[in-house]
Amino acid sequence: MRGYLARKTLVYGLTFVVAVTLNWLIPRLMPGDPVQRMVARAAVQHPETIASMTEYYERTFGLDLPLWQQYLNYWAALFRGDLGTSVWLFPAPVSQVVLDAVPYTLGIMIPAILLSFVVGNSVGAMAARSRWLDNVALPVGYLITAMPYMWLAILLAWGFGVALGWFPVAGGYDFGLVPQWSWSFALDLLQHWVLPFLSLFLVSLGGWAIGMRNLIIYELESDYANYLAALGAPKRLIRQYAFRNAQLPQITGLALQLGTILGGALVTEIVFAYPGLGKLVLSAIQNQDFFLLQGTLLFVVIGVLVANFVIDIVYVLVDPRTRTGLTGGTA
Amino acid sequence: MRKENGMTATQPITGPVTEASEQPGATGSPSGGRKPGGDARETLYFALRNPKVIIGMVVVLGFLLLGLLGPAFLRYAPMDYAGPPMAPPSADFPFGTTTFGQDVFAQFVAGLRSTFLVGLLGGGVSAVIGMTIGFVAGYRGGLIDELLNMLTNVVLVIPGFVVLIIINAYLGVRSVPMQALYIGVFSWPWVARAVRAQTLSLRSRDFIDLARLSGVGVGTILRREVAPNMYSYLFMTFVLLFGGSILTAASLDFIGLGPTNAMSLGLMMNQAVQWSALHLGLWWWFIPPGLGITLIVGSLYIMNVGLDEVFNPKLREM
Repeated sequence: MRGYLARKTLVYGLTFVVAVTLNWLIPRLMPGDPVQRMVARAAVQHPETIASMTEYYERTFGLDLPLWQQYLNYWAALFRGDLGTSVWLFPAPVSQVVLDAVPYTLGIMIPAILLSFVVGNSVGAMAARSRWLDNVALPVGYLITAMPYMWLAILLAWGFGVALGWFPVAGGYDFGLVPQWSWSFALDLLQHWVLPFLSLFLVSLGGWAIGMRNLIIYELESDYANYLAALGAPKRLIRQYAFRNAQLPQITGLALQLGTILGGALVTEIVFAYPGLGKLVLSAIQNQDFFLLQGTLLFVVIGVLVANFVIDIVYVLVDPRTRTGLTGGTA
Repeated sequence: MRKENGMTATQPITGPVTEASEQPGATGSPSGGRKPGGDARETLYFALRNPKVIIGMVVVLGFLLLGLLGPAFLRYAPMDYAGPPMAPPSADFPFGTTTFGQDVFAQFVAGLRSTFLVGLLGGGVSAVIGMTIGFVAGYRGGLIDELLNMLTNVVLVIPGFVVLIIINAYLGVRSVPMQALYIGVFSWPWVARAVRAQTLSLRSRDFIDLARLSGVGVGTILRREVAPNMYSYLFMTFVLLFGGSILTAASLDFIGLGPTNAMSLGLMMNQAVQWSALHLGLWWWFIPPGLGITLIVGSLYIMNVGLDEVFNPKLREM
């Protein structure tokens, strides 16, 4: 178990370094003079403003230093939690802007991921070996998985929001309300939360159901299932064992899917103008706020790594093989 | 047997395949040592009798034809201000018009082209990278395997979509092929893992030993002995990568990081939302692009299930 977790930690550590390095490197690969470009993008006419902006960017990027020193400075600033200042929401620090948005993203992602995982797995397990369900669930599952995240979000927003008017379609809470601890505000928050959550939940559902269906069919063909059947064990018991075994690859799959689901959450938020990280990314792109963009994305990378680590620990808990040092989890 | 099942399980979730094939011992014999040409006719015979393959193929090819031939029959370019604004579908404008009076059908047809191009190039790039790394890591073993495996794991954990956002935002990817290239560079890891696992199990076979004894180079062995035994798997992998690239590109386009010199289905949705087609009830503007993507990618997935049955006689009997 220690070897397993140590290997994982090494991979995550390395991934973090690579991600930070990419984050540092890509802006420097930008063709032309990045400072000039950013000043030009700001579209200001004042020569004085241009001069001070140029100087500001030069200084904040530390572009006058040798490359290796720029790189080290970047890391140092990172560990101080200093991700720069947002240009769009000047003078708010990027880390503060991002931290304000994180709860919204987590608020739709975590319930959507967990619920779709549980429900999808149960549906898939039921569909396996039941011809009628299989014929319905499988094609539907494939079509749902093939849906672009934002399209389902658009459909829900249009159907339930605009056409039926059941739910609000934009924002994290009513624009007329001030965030506070009260029932009416909580209710409003919940109303705005329903559609983004539902959208993310539905798209993820199909994949888990299909995966589980295929795995259960495979497990039911295995030796232990046949042996149990030969002993005369009830079908329900055999399926229970199959289900538990089939869950292991699904958990691995969950870790691998995190990045994709996160991308999905980002575009879903954009459709609903939900004030999470996705909207931040969009605003940062539209306002050419590159500090904010990089800061947000760095947060996302850290989030994915932490979530991966949590899933690894869950894996150790559910798969005894990883505990005894046998080949269990995939490195 | 195990691997093919895992393959089906992978469609959207890359998990099971890696898990399933991480245990080389359990990986079933990939169709023995037959040469690829020998059973091509048999494969075709079963493929043409599999409803899933047929349906999937018809839908995908139908959209492909529409994308290829459609522009020749259109009267308007995608961005032309062709007719009255916000017109619902009619004989003149089968998919209606946008708030600016652009022909939605013309945009859709042009978007199909980008969609297929992104799928083909993005899927192609990631297939080539993934297979090369998988083959080399699995066949060479030792330190090279360790290093490549580490690389694979790192790229696997990095949220590729996020890196794509940064790349596109900074480097200004403004053409469909460049976008496809970047997508390909970040979506190969699960392919490399699966191919590596299978190569590992093939490596110890007699016919590989024989090839090695006769002094053939590594590249030739991989190309002539290892790869042919995995053709069916590799083809199915490519189909999945094709669909995945399309979805990723649609998300990027939707954020506004798509090509600026071409129309795409993701861009259509971006514009529809931006110009509040939802609130104006212009359903003909935002439904076709998403439906197109869903049908193309869904058909690819369903076709893949069918192909699985074609390539794997065990599943065929069921």
